[in-house]
Amino acid sequence: MKKIIVLAKQVPDTANITGQAMKEDGTVNRAALPAVFNPDDLNAMETALTIKDTIGAEVIVITMGPPAAVAILKHALYMGADRVMLISDRKFAGADTLATSYVLAEAVKKIGAVDLVLAGRQAIDGDTAQVGPQVAEKIGFNQITYITGIETITENYLIVTRDGELQTERIKTPFPMLLTITDEANTPRYPNSLNMLKYFRADTASQFDDDQIETARAHNQVIPMWKADDLELDIKRCGIKGSPTRVSKIENITLTGGDLELYGTDSKDIKQLVHDLRKDYAEVNE
Amino acid sequence: MKIIVFIEKNPVTGALRDVSIELAHKAYSLVKPFKGEVVGVFVGDELPQDCEQVFQFGLHRLVYYLNDNLAHLHSIAYKNIIKAMIEAETPDIVLFGATHTGRDLAPLLASALKTGLTADCTQLHIDDYKSQGPILYQVRPAFGGNILATIITPEHRPMMASVREGVMLPPETGPQHPTITEPFALNFKEEWIVNEFLSVAPKLTKINFNRTQIIVAGGAGVGSRADFRLINQLADALGGEAGASRAAVDFGFTSKDRQIGQTGAVVRPKLYIACGISGSIQHRAGMDESQKIMAINTDPQAPIFSIAHLGIVGDLNEIIPVMLQYLKEA
Ligand SMILES: Cc1cc2nc3c(=O)[nH]c(=O)nc-3n(C[C@H](O)[C@H](O)[C@H](O)COP(=O)(O)OP(=O)(O)OC[C@H]3O[C@@H](n4cnc5c(N)ncnc54)[C@H](O)[C@@H]3O)c2cc1C
Ligand SMILES: Nc1ncnc2c1ncn2[C@@H]1O[C@H](COP(=O)(O)O)[C@@H](O)[C@H]1O
Repeated sequence: MKKIIVLAKQVPDTANITGQAMKEDGTVNRAALPAVFNPDDLNAMETALTIKDTIGAEVIVITMGPPAAVAILKHALYMGADRVMLISDRKFAGADTLATSYVLAEAVKKIGAVDLVLAGRQAIDGDTAQVGPQVAEKIGFNQITYITGIETITENYLIVTRDGELQTERIKTPFPMLLTITDEANTPRYPNSLNMLKYFRADTASQFDDDQIETARAHNQVIPMWKADDLELDIKRCGIKGSPTRVSKIENITLTGGDLELYGTDSKDIKQLVHDLRKDYAEVNE
Repeated sequence: MKIIVFIEKNPVTGALRDVSIELAHKAYSLVKPFKGEVVGVFVGDELPQDCEQVFQFGLHRLVYYLNDNLAHLHSIAYKNIIKAMIEAETPDIVLFGATHTGRDLAPLLASALKTGLTADCTQLHIDDYKSQGPILYQVRPAFGGNILATIITPEHRPMMASVREGVMLPPETGPQHPTITEPFALNFKEEWIVNEFLSVAPKLTKINFNRTQIIVAGGAGVGSRADFRLINQLADALGGEAGASRAAVDFGFTSKDRQIGQTGAVVRPKLYIACGISGSIQHRAGMDESQKIMAINTDPQAPIFSIAHLGIVGDLNEIIPVMLQYLKEA
């Protein structure tokens, strides 16, 4: 049976910025954005579950983040993950992609005997698309990025399709490997209602009272949490200390009211518009 | 100051990718005040046919490694070879095109070299850092395009960044350096090749917006695939190219290679006409530096109007036919 690890991240929902998330000065109030399962990571989940359905696999989902990131791990359990793991420590705060991938790679190594690691193509908060490849490099796996589909699943290899940007590629690749999955690869399944009943109370150990914890454990509802010490990490490579990049400046994007010239919808207005545009397009087409 | 630029070939045409020429020139303008050097690195089965162009736009030297096994992207092999080249050259800065190849390899190399990497930069400049000498300031949109962050790598070398195609356009002509190419000696290992490419199909209609001066883009407001013909007709009448928002692509009004924005093309035409596009932050990320922006939208509150220079509040299905008629007369 294959052992598959899915790397999933909880992200602020930058895609649906509503009125409430805007500050008066027209900038985004990041604290007011709802936290969601990173969209591409749902496609990575679906890929893992499809492989599980086809040849049998243990699907383990890990996330590095604050305790609140338990929400996406529960969602992963609802979808059909076998095990989930929260990696959380104040020492990880301020990590850039290099430091994040270091911690995730150490967690993958600790789990051990892994056949396949799946990441989303990119996270919508940073849009870097770096963490997947950087984990691959650290665990010494072959990687294929921009996966648009899994065509064939066998015990020894996968045949995948990749968006090579200028060409579409079909690639046969042996286990073990790390793949980064795009939203074209599949449609993520909905949470399963039986799993929702089973895991709706799932949480990390500290959230249970002493008299509940044994029952919770017996029902597989305690989500393991690994801190820096559990992973025997080199602290110099974690969090802000382990991050070579620094943010030197942040500017909020504000929509500045421009010098908009509005035209009417009468045909004479449109004629005027075409006339005014003429200078621009005539010049270009000379 | 030495900058390495990753040089890429278009696998379909065999020619240089535009982004490589753009980066060669950008690197040249960055090192010029320091009398520094721009070195290209290329890995593949054959050099790009029109290799001399990168020299005409600012490259000083091209270091290359060729092997028949390297026609396609084998990440492990490419990473090992480029890493050896970087270690031999010890550059201050390494630049990649934010292409699918560049975004596959750059993070592997940054991880292997234990240094910082900033993806999708929209501006790069070199400046002093706390009187400790010059470093690279890397500006990029983040948070879904809602903020602009300047990122630095103060203590690690090389400083690495990627830039998307079409973002740093070079002038018409460059410094015309002579073509100097040097093969790189390396002990190639067969075990670096683990993937088998079963088939590779060129995408037929990859549109090159870089040389397009007029873009007419349609969004969800266009309404249907049939109505998208209006967008194509207006683009044709103006001698331009049709573009689209992601919503228009998702609804199947047109093909994905026409998508403009954060996950599509970045364009900077002379004239951009947005029809039935609300102007989401992700769309604006790909077009807000167009010289002139015109918007047609039924909703006067649509954010696109806050960045537009010309606008009509109205139904594109009524307005575009009238425009087409006057364009024909003109
Ligand atoms: C990670 C991520 C990446 C993304 N990348 C991109 C990207 O690269 N490019 C991109 O475009 N989007 C991208 N998006 C999607 C983006 O958030 C928006 O959903 C999308 O741009 C909306 O497209 P639209 O403006 O066409 O549609 P809508 O927002 O639905 O706007 C349609 C507009 O048409 C107007 N309209 C309706 N009928 C008419 C009519 N008859 N005549 C005139 N006007 C009419 C409406 O008033 C409205 O303003 C991305 C999203 C995410 C999460
Ligand atoms: N903190 C994290 N925990 C788990 N997985 C992550 C984390 N950050 C990034 N990833 C994975 O790496 C992918 C790319 O993220 P990014 O490099 O931030 O765009 C995501 O889609 C996730 O699969």
